[in-house]
Amino acid sequence: MKVTNIPFMAMRKIVAVFSITLILISLGSLATKGLQFGLDFTGGTLVEVAYDEAPNLDDVRSLLRSNGYDDVVVQNFGSTTDVVVRMANSYTATLGDEVLLTLQNHGSNEVSLQRSEFVGAQVGEELREQGGLGMLLALAIVMIYVAVRFQFKFSLASVAALVHDVIITLGFFSIFEVEFDLTVLAALLAVVGYSLNDTIVVCDRIRENFRIMRDTEPYDLVNESINQTLGRTLITSLTTLFVLVVLFVAGGEAIHNFSMALLVGIVIGTYSSVFVAANLLLAMDVKREDLVPAPKAELEDDLP
Amino acid sequence: MLNKYPLWKYLLILLVLALGLLYAFPNLYPDDPALQLSTQKATSVVDEQALQKARTALSKANIELKEAELTSAGGTLRFNSGEDQLAAKPVVAAALGDDFVTALNLVPTTPDWLSSLGAGPAKLGLDLRGGVHFLLEVDTPAALKQKLEVSSSEMKAALRKDRVRYRSVNIEDGILSIRFLQEADLSLAENLLKEEFSEYRYGTRQEEGEFYLDISFTEASKKEIESYALQQNLTTLRNRVNELGVAEPLVQRQGSNRIVVELPGVQDTAAAKRIIGATANLEFHLEAGLDDKGTDIETMSFRDGSGRTARLERDIIITGDSVSDASSSFDENGQPQVNISLDSKGGKQMSKVTRSAVGRNMAVVFIEHKSRSRFVEKDGKMEEVRKSYSEKGIISLATIQTTLGNSFRITGLDSPRESSELALLLRAGALAAPIYFVEERTIGPSLGAENIQLGVSSAQIGMLVVMLFMLVYYKVFGIFANVSLVLNIILLMACMSIMGATLTLPGIAGIVLTMGMAVDANVLIFSRIKEELASGVPSQQAIHSGFNRAFTTILDANITTLLVAVILFAVGTGPVKGFAVTLSLGILTSMFTAIVVTRAQVNLVYGGRKNKKLYI
Repeated sequence: MKVTNIPFMAMRKIVAVFSITLILISLGSLATKGLQFGLDFTGGTLVEVAYDEAPNLDDVRSLLRSNGYDDVVVQNFGSTTDVVVRMANSYTATLGDEVLLTLQNHGSNEVSLQRSEFVGAQVGEELREQGGLGMLLALAIVMIYVAVRFQFKFSLASVAALVHDVIITLGFFSIFEVEFDLTVLAALLAVVGYSLNDTIVVCDRIRENFRIMRDTEPYDLVNESINQTLGRTLITSLTTLFVLVVLFVAGGEAIHNFSMALLVGIVIGTYSSVFVAANLLLAMDVKREDLVPAPKAELEDDLP
Repeated sequence: MLNKYPLWKYLLILLVLALGLLYAFPNLYPDDPALQLSTQKATSVVDEQALQKARTALSKANIELKEAELTSAGGTLRFNSGEDQLAAKPVVAAALGDDFVTALNLVPTTPDWLSSLGAGPAKLGLDLRGGVHFLLEVDTPAALKQKLEVSSSEMKAALRKDRVRYRSVNIEDGILSIRFLQEADLSLAENLLKEEFSEYRYGTRQEEGEFYLDISFTEASKKEIESYALQQNLTTLRNRVNELGVAEPLVQRQGSNRIVVELPGVQDTAAAKRIIGATANLEFHLEAGLDDKGTDIETMSFRDGSGRTARLERDIIITGDSVSDASSSFDENGQPQVNISLDSKGGKQMSKVTRSAVGRNMAVVFIEHKSRSRFVEKDGKMEEVRKSYSEKGIISLATIQTTLGNSFRITGLDSPRESSELALLLRAGALAAPIYFVEERTIGPSLGAENIQLGVSSAQIGMLVVMLFMLVYYKVFGIFANVSLVLNIILLMACMSIMGATLTLPGIAGIVLTMGMAVDANVLIFSRIKEELASGVPSQQAIHSGFNRAFTTILDANITTLLVAVILFAVGTGPVKGFAVTLSLGILTSMFTAIVVTRAQVNLVYGGRKNKKLYI
């Protein structure tokens, strides 16, 4: 790939408006609609039924779904004839019988109700608190690391890009009412890692160029840095997207939401590593003096 | 010379890769479905005779046994399929009787020479592979009774302290009755106790010229105690599961008095059951004086089976709940013992009681709540019937030589196994209320076998697409990157196997991300080399500075991500932790393969030659 010379920073105002709009829409949706938390988070009802002959679980799933039980997990339990259905519906005394009725009206396979009871959330308060606290701590430490290795403006820019990606990905899940379960949480954590990685690579180039190109204005320098890393940014995103598209299309139901979260997150992450962090750096008036180069590091760079 | 590694560097890389292959290798051997045999009592063992009984019963029932063997923890019966395993369980349980515990298990088939090196397959989480599922019921009435007993000791002390004269104290049907001769004493006691023990409801009655104070729980305090007992049991079970070293366990409340415990990838479910379900607790009692009699005295037998008995005061000095630390060791005669440290409250209580009782005997009572299950034939089907009971026995009765403080030791245990289990249980905390196993089953993977298959195959396709892309885009260097990528997966699997980490769906997310970052590192290096070449630098020089310049970038990018992963690991639980483990391991292995291994290949092919054309 040839090094391009696209005036990315000329679009910075439009892009800023675009990003802020996306964030506002996301926050608005999160505030009003919230997230559709899955069974992992909400808890719900567990219904266990016993069949005479081993049923096809996919049939059971689609049967339940076509009868309005949207959020169900169907699995074998102990033996192939015993099936347990976990659903987000809050527990009522008759729910078990209603589910049984749905399952009974199909085929000659006899089915009977074993039990029906309330189950707690797999992700308790504990995890929510710890997770939130952990994220804040992680962000703080990342900021300190980046401030030490780069400069404080870079910390703010990279963490802002990170928050930008997470909010918009969450917003996507809220707006399109996609279920937010544990796998999506995992994907979101992966997006955090990816976004950070991507942004640091761009920042790294900016830092390096400040040391090499002594006469270039910050505005042009940032633009050139983005162009220089553009090839890498696109190839990395492409390879990751290859895997994710295959996972999304052919990976089956279980990782559908997972790959969707990653797809959205990585598209946003790629966008933000080109536009958001660099944009913020310019907005914070990043200067060569911010990164007074250590003479030793410079020597290393110039080694043959 | 440029781009030459010394020989030792190549050898080191080969050594690391060989070790990686060795430890990743066991993952190719699938686990056998098996039945794990162990004994209910910590003292007896599974022997060849028991195995023979099981063999005979199985061949009678026409179930094919793959292999039967004795292990250090008991016996293992291996089967060819999961159906055989399920069918065999009731048959074996009926043949062996009550003394033995049979549990469904998955046993690794790793060859001996590999497992002797400590190699074993990585464990899959419950979501991917299934595992063992326990449903436990908390015996809340027992918790209420226990609380009432403890309170009665405290109330008696309070009454004695204020010189209120009472005749007797009696607990029946959840009501604590104190008998008085004088009405004045009754009202004095009522006022005193109401103030100090406000969680109770007080009532008075008069019978045959005597006065009774009836004390029972208010509805609110009853609920509070029940929910406290459940919470406490949840915490204790979590501690115990952690002591078992199971990764990503699930300990969850279900309904008003039930707890679900799910253990993915557990090897010895019988031991897990014994530790989780053990309700062993300790109580310390003073021996009753010769002239003490009546309801305050309880006669209890010794646990060694000698038939000896002792008369103990009903009042409990402290229970196992006051233990802050416990460890097992051997005394000077080589007998197993448990060293106990008490928390400050327990220590104070202990020294207060023993100070005025030097020269008297103190008994250590061991209590176990158990449930016995029996397979009964009913309508041609085997059915499991459960019955619960509790066992109390004195494990030691010794003279108090001096005032006891915060730490002391307990002897009189049967075996080292018993002492280490008792120490574990005391450490992990006693259960606030006894629990019973309502259900014990293996759980099928929640994603379904087909779904996992789809996920795995699509991940493979995705990998292939990426590798093809790298090959087309970077030509020879693409091959280097692809070799590194494959080695990265092998190394990552090896690390997970060595650490005994559990692979879950979030963990797979971590791996996917790692793969992306591994490719990214090589992309960074290669695009640097291309840049150098484009600016007219000779090829050897371009390789050299390409790697050098990309290195700081890769380091910074990976260290920031690693920081996030490490913090998530430190503060996260369950799924978050699983993700953090694979991500941090993956970052480390991918940095090794993407930088060192790729460089080694480049050096091997291009190093030291004159300006050869680079196919990049």
